[in-house]
Amino acid sequence: MAVQKPEELSKIDYKPPKTSWMDTPAELRKDMFCWGNKEKSLKTVGFPNARAWSVADEDWKLPENWKEIFLEGLKERLSKYRSFQLFMDICVRCGACADKCHFFIGGGDPKNMPVLRAELLRSIYRNYFTTSGKMLGKVAGARELTYNVLKELWYYAYQCTECRRCSLFCPYGIDTAEVTILVRELLNLLGLNIEWIAGPVANCWRTGNHMGLLPHTLRDTVDSFQADLETITGVKVDYSFNRKGAEILFVNPSGEFFDPVGNITFMGYMLLFHEIGLDVTLSTYVSEGGNFGFFTSNEMAKRLHSKVYAEAKRLKVKWIIGGECGHMWRVWHQYHNTWYGPVDFLKEPVSPITGTKFENAKSNKIVHICEFTADLIKHGKIKLDPSRNDNYKVTLHDSCNVSRGMGMLEEPRDIIKSVCNNFYEMPPNTIRENTFCCGSGSGLNASENMELRMRGGLPRANAVNYVRDKFGVNTLANICQIDRAALQALMNYWAPDVVVRGVHELVGNALVLKGEKERTTDLRGEPLPGKEAK
Amino acid sequence: MGLENLLTHKRSTILKKWSDVVIETYPPETAAFLKRQKDRFANPVGSVVFQGLEDIFGELLQGIDYERVSAFLDNIIRIRAVQDFSPSHAIAFIFLLKKVIREELKKEIKENGLSKELLALESRIDELALLAFDIFMQCREKIYELKAMELNNQTYSLLKKAKLIIDLEEQESCPNGDNTKNL
Repeated sequence: MAVQKPEELSKIDYKPPKTSWMDTPAELRKDMFCWGNKEKSLKTVGFPNARAWSVADEDWKLPENWKEIFLEGLKERLSKYRSFQLFMDICVRCGACADKCHFFIGGGDPKNMPVLRAELLRSIYRNYFTTSGKMLGKVAGARELTYNVLKELWYYAYQCTECRRCSLFCPYGIDTAEVTILVRELLNLLGLNIEWIAGPVANCWRTGNHMGLLPHTLRDTVDSFQADLETITGVKVDYSFNRKGAEILFVNPSGEFFDPVGNITFMGYMLLFHEIGLDVTLSTYVSEGGNFGFFTSNEMAKRLHSKVYAEAKRLKVKWIIGGECGHMWRVWHQYHNTWYGPVDFLKEPVSPITGTKFENAKSNKIVHICEFTADLIKHGKIKLDPSRNDNYKVTLHDSCNVSRGMGMLEEPRDIIKSVCNNFYEMPPNTIRENTFCCGSGSGLNASENMELRMRGGLPRANAVNYVRDKFGVNTLANICQIDRAALQALMNYWAPDVVVRGVHELVGNALVLKGEKERTTDLRGEPLPGKEAK
Repeated sequence: MGLENLLTHKRSTILKKWSDVVIETYPPETAAFLKRQKDRFANPVGSVVFQGLEDIFGELLQGIDYERVSAFLDNIIRIRAVQDFSPSHAIAFIFLLKKVIREELKKEIKENGLSKELLALESRIDELALLAFDIFMQCREKIYELKAMELNNQTYSLLKKAKLIIDLEEQESCPNGDNTKNL
């Protein structure tokens, strides 16, 4: 921003100029964008134009024929995906989606209206691929693809969390998140990603998880959870890695091995599996349920996803349980069958404890941990003491991918109501399929873009504040690792005193184990109600 | 009629004009949405701004309680601190009230010789601007603190996983996002 003189500053008419969006060039603001990808991250997965570059530089070091590559890529995808062609053609700009995006609601930048964000690409499509656009240009909503337009596309493609709230309101069923997904895919043809996505993709491909945690580190980590759980409960829970012939493979987001809030959620799973004697194994090869390839390109998502089934085959398990993750479920629920069709080497999942057939998982053979746990609770197979969570007044943040993406709305609520005595819903237009995004999804949970995260999370935090003030809510439960990693910062800014917890952390607290000692603390080591030091 | 009575009398007109000019600091498409959507959960920014300006104006009329007015200012500034505003733009909404009052009550102030009272009121508005500056800085500092905290926590976890450091008193580690005491 240019330095303003005092007399300019004292002009207190701050009305922004009225210019059309095409004539308002994007200013790439620090704190809003994430750092560009590193050369080595692209090299690892064989992506094009791997080189050192910086977003803040004028020159993004693109290949000479960058425009040709982009337009050819666009042409290819228009013919490959019928839905994409439709999304480019059928929008009538009715504005139904315009005010539904959390980034627009919280930040106020018109280019974050989903319709306008998609227009950034549509205008290029019209210019090069439609007769009206070719002939009439700007009048027909078309514009040239210039270097600055490309930068604008990059800037806004990484200001959309692909949460799909906008698509809920589109009368034509346009999925604007899919437009963002395709824009990101096109940008990746030119080596334009962000490191917060490209790094985890490379790590996942090479080492098996986003952080690049090695097998012995994973083992040490789970060992330490085992020791902590023994201290808290007096019970030594068993677990295994890479055990051939186990009935079930458990796949979870690796953030649960790394992030302190995720750690506790994972400890909740461990207690549960131990208590019901589940024949389950973890894997060091597939130590990641998340799939940042999904935020990169269809092909990369598929490459990472295929590792899960390769491991399931190698270990000869019968079926898979997946942990509390968001986009992992979107990939499984909405993309897996298109890529692979029904999996033929695994068995249709049946709970060994209740006998419930998970018919919805007939094709993929993967069951969501919340479905599995809710089923156990419904059949009275585990003993629970919800009063152990009495210090918590809980509300639930529906994770976009799981609620809006795959329609799982009741299971986490059923669980919470069984393991906690105090549950309060946020207002209806902010939960379930209407849920507001955490503002950090789709690989935008870096630290350098904190301002973006805070404005994107504003509508969610605003609803949390409401239940905090009205009912004294102090706990924000959720079933997504990006939520657990990102929401605490959001709460610290907008709704101090609200603590973020995974649903299975609450399960772990309430679960009464056979042979446990009298517990005095919860899984975080904080005193249970009535056990505070006198 | 004294200035205070005039302000009370014209309260709704002044508030309407003040909120209009504040909302117009946003791009036109955004301003239209902020004015149109009345649901406080669908439009938290508009709802906080309208309520906040009303609360602040009330304080100016009935005498400023600094603790209370700080909370009212915080509600608005916390939002503007993460939007596309420079620091001066973010807190300029306070000064816009002066402009609105001068324009709206120009005639009455002149006729009733209220310029001294106006000066006193404007000094109170200036005090609010100073408070606003402090709040804006607190918000921005919080953002940088959150950034630093995430990096600290990440570094701490990595060092621990690499067994380069050991936490002798595990119970002191705090999963709520404050591991700096362990560094």
